[in-house]
Amino acid sequence: MFWSHRDLALDSDPARRFLPWLLAMIVYLAGLALAGMMSLSAAVDRWDSGLSGTLTIQIPAATPGNRDTALPNAMAALRATPGIESARALSAEETAALLEPWLGKSALSRDLPLPRLIDVRLRKNAALDIEGLSNLVRAAAPGAIVDDHKKSLDRLIHLARTIEAAAIAIVVLVAFAAIATVVFITRTGLALHANNIELLHLIGAADGYVARQFQGQALDLALRGGVIGLALTIVTVILLGRAAAALGSGLLPAVSLSALQWVILAAVPVAIGLIGMITARITVMGALRKLP
Amino acid sequence: MVRFQNVGMRYGLGPEVLRDVSFHLPPGSFHFLSGASGAGKSSLLKLMYLACRPSRGLISLFDSDIATMPRRALPAVRRQIGVVFQDFRLLDHMNVIDNVALPLRVAGAKRTEIRDHARELLKWVGLDDCLDALPPTLSGGQKQRVAIARAVISRPLLLLADEPTGNVDDTIAMRLLRLFEELNRLGTTVLIATHNENLIRRAGRPRLHLSGGELTGPFHGAAAGEEGRA
Repeated sequence: MFWSHRDLALDSDPARRFLPWLLAMIVYLAGLALAGMMSLSAAVDRWDSGLSGTLTIQIPAATPGNRDTALPNAMAALRATPGIESARALSAEETAALLEPWLGKSALSRDLPLPRLIDVRLRKNAALDIEGLSNLVRAAAPGAIVDDHKKSLDRLIHLARTIEAAAIAIVVLVAFAAIATVVFITRTGLALHANNIELLHLIGAADGYVARQFQGQALDLALRGGVIGLALTIVTVILLGRAAAALGSGLLPAVSLSALQWVILAAVPVAIGLIGMITARITVMGALRKLP
Repeated sequence: MVRFQNVGMRYGLGPEVLRDVSFHLPPGSFHFLSGASGAGKSSLLKLMYLACRPSRGLISLFDSDIATMPRRALPAVRRQIGVVFQDFRLLDHMNVIDNVALPLRVAGAKRTEIRDHARELLKWVGLDDCLDALPPTLSGGQKQRVAIARAVISRPLLLLADEPTGNVDDTIAMRLLRLFEELNRLGTTVLIATHNENLIRRAGRPRLHLSGGELTGPFHGAAAGEEGRA
């Protein structure tokens, strides 16, 4: 109980009994949206930091000319290019391992022609002309493809940011839903207890005294609902994380949260509690101002 | 203490229920308010305990014009007024002692102080054996005494009672009258709206009389009794 006086029998209101459950659902939705957004944001950061400053050069299996000389030629051209920190040719096994999540082991075990890949790391802040480098590599190894990951990464980041925006919209909408729920239930309470509120008013209760009873109860119920919603969110996030980890393919971003992100998630019920409390206070104060 | 000057009051767009009401209650005075049902007694009391605003005229309480008083100052003024409502207006979910203690709690008094004071007052009105009873289990007379105890617990400067003896027998009525007189001796200004002519006669206090929304009086001594029969 967060309120000391119960001059108004608010806990007997039928609508109020549902408030914790309604807010539990709201917190659950907000928590899931936030957890998804934070997971995705972390994944995008990993992709971004993992791929920026790198290039991949692919020498297709069906290279025109001599494929045996294409790789050493390309490597030589790369080593001679300023701004490149390292260039490493991936072995056939490494290339096969990269394709395994998509094609499976059985497909790779057959005599499937695989391209040769060169993993290139750029020097920090190197101003490299990607177009010029492509021409240079293609001259050394005809048919070679230089991929700076920018296009695919940009598309991926765009998709991730869109999902993040949708998650933020969900969080904002559920916050409004929480506000609307508390306003509705507070107004119902005001109507049900109008006589007793008027009595308190007439014996000298300030508006704040009456409002504190509503806001205290709203905080209490919202926190209860918030804790239930948070518990459901935690269970769901852990189960999703395990399910994603069980796939183990790298097809999905890892559903895992940092300590700070767990703290942010735990703050959702507190935020809902505060929203409930402030909303109830504003609603009651607004209604009481109409009294003489 | 209380001054009305040409006060008129109407509910919404309806006819005036009070017309040109003017009177003055000096500090420490004791008056009765009489009048037939519908004469406007309850409306007059509502104006005095600030439940309504007048349609016209001036009302001054504790030497302040209520029309110019900021809204935030009104709760403190209301705490100086004790009201016994005709329908008691007890909180049914709260036991007797908590009902009586309500004005002190609203005023922010200490918890222990509140309980002691409420217990003492309930003993005074003869309800010390039902401190924990809930109002729905009480008789009309008991409820009335709880309502009176609640009205006087904070030692108000002004006590307004709307038919405070309507549900009790003569013995209890006289006991309640003595309680009001004792409060009056301590300095509280008292105004009691009642139909109980016997009570008015025995108290020998001046009477204000309302008829058709208009006030006459105050009548003193024998005239107070005569006016009621007129």
